[in-house]
Amino acid sequence: MNRVPLTARQAGLMSCHVCGQLAHRPAAGGGDRLRCPRCAAPLHLRKPASLNTTWALILASILLYIPANLLPMMTTASLLGSQQDTIMSGVVFLWQSGSWPLAAVVFFASVMVPLLKILALIYLAASVQRRSRHRMLQRTRLYRLVEFVGRWSMLDIYVITILAALVQFQGLATIQAGPAAVAFGAVVVLTMFAALSFDPRLIWDPLTDPDPLAEPVSHE
Amino acid sequence: MLGPDAHPTLPPDLIACHECDLLQTEPRLAPGELARCCRCGAVLARNPPDSLDRSLALSVAAAFLYLIANIHPLVGLELQGRRIEVTLFEAVRILWRDGVELVAVLVFVTALLFPLLELGMFLLVLVPLRLGRISPRLATFFRLVRSVQPWGMVEVFLLGMLVSLVKLSHLATVILGPAFWATGGLIVVLTLAARSFDTRLLWQTPVFGERP
Repeated sequence: MNRVPLTARQAGLMSCHVCGQLAHRPAAGGGDRLRCPRCAAPLHLRKPASLNTTWALILASILLYIPANLLPMMTTASLLGSQQDTIMSGVVFLWQSGSWPLAAVVFFASVMVPLLKILALIYLAASVQRRSRHRMLQRTRLYRLVEFVGRWSMLDIYVITILAALVQFQGLATIQAGPAAVAFGAVVVLTMFAALSFDPRLIWDPLTDPDPLAEPVSHE
Repeated sequence: MLGPDAHPTLPPDLIACHECDLLQTEPRLAPGELARCCRCGAVLARNPPDSLDRSLALSVAAAFLYLIANIHPLVGLELQGRRIEVTLFEAVRILWRDGVELVAVLVFVTALLFPLLELGMFLLVLVPLRLGRISPRLATFFRLVRSVQPWGMVEVFLLGMLVSLVKLSHLATVILGPAFWATGGLIVVLTLAARSFDTRLLWQTPVFGERP
């Protein structure tokens, strides 16, 4: 690059989220009815209300993370009586029964990933809000990681699906999904939506646009 | 309403990074090469070799595997002479019956419905492209494919099955059904199909008859 770096926003352009087509941004607000000239997807300069949506979804997933870990994920009824398992006790069971690689996988996918994902999203949203100029490349990479890894926390939902479906030996052993499964599924879906609503371009905006929100207080 | 013009004065190889908004020129790529953003490293463009034929062949294969994966039982369990085998749909039905309807819906959507939609829409885009029939509706279809893609989670489902089978292997004899292997194949084929599809085929083909 021998030219000064220029963003599409600075050049008065916006790019389509779907096909990447560049289009001129109309001078007057124009509103939210703009469509991509090539693929007809709605055009936005940045994802609309990105930060607010992300914050709201993070908050909701934090609230649901609590019942997801405290309530029973499944109820096992066998000849020896009935037993309720949370996510954590399921991991402990796997560990004790000797399959520690699987215990590690489940622990990582269902306990660590949702937690780290929530923390990472908080960090990303907060640093964008403060218009931080630090570690932009690392933060972009963190965002990519969050986006990639999120789906894997669905693991426990599928485990419980198969367990409940297969262990249907009436009188011998049955397994039923518990209320934590609902909360946990909601956490996974909400954090995925939170990651989708976050716009990584906001990380880089402070570099080139000193005042994109045109903070009215500082000017008047 | 008309969209803003794709202005003729814009150089055709000018692109903006979708992750950091930096404007840069798209290099000419040899087959198999990919271009990354010089500031944030996001993948900007790729040039998969033989894109249309490969992705079409892989999608057709995926369609067959999807059928097998959903008609035949996935896994089974044998305990004291009693044998239980389930298909994916039955598993969802059991969750519904157990009173966790939301979880049943989530599994149905992510493991069954969205992979099917992804596959169906993929074929709906690829077959007309292959036949050389371009219609402006293709782009709309492809937008749907893209919005559905993050929610199809067959590969996570397969890992989930493995974990649950290990949990059960202490309790009873585990039987792997034909659908289990078909699911494994489906993941590989579907990933390769998505990866070998060159999205520029959709946008660079001239579209006659602009939408109103």
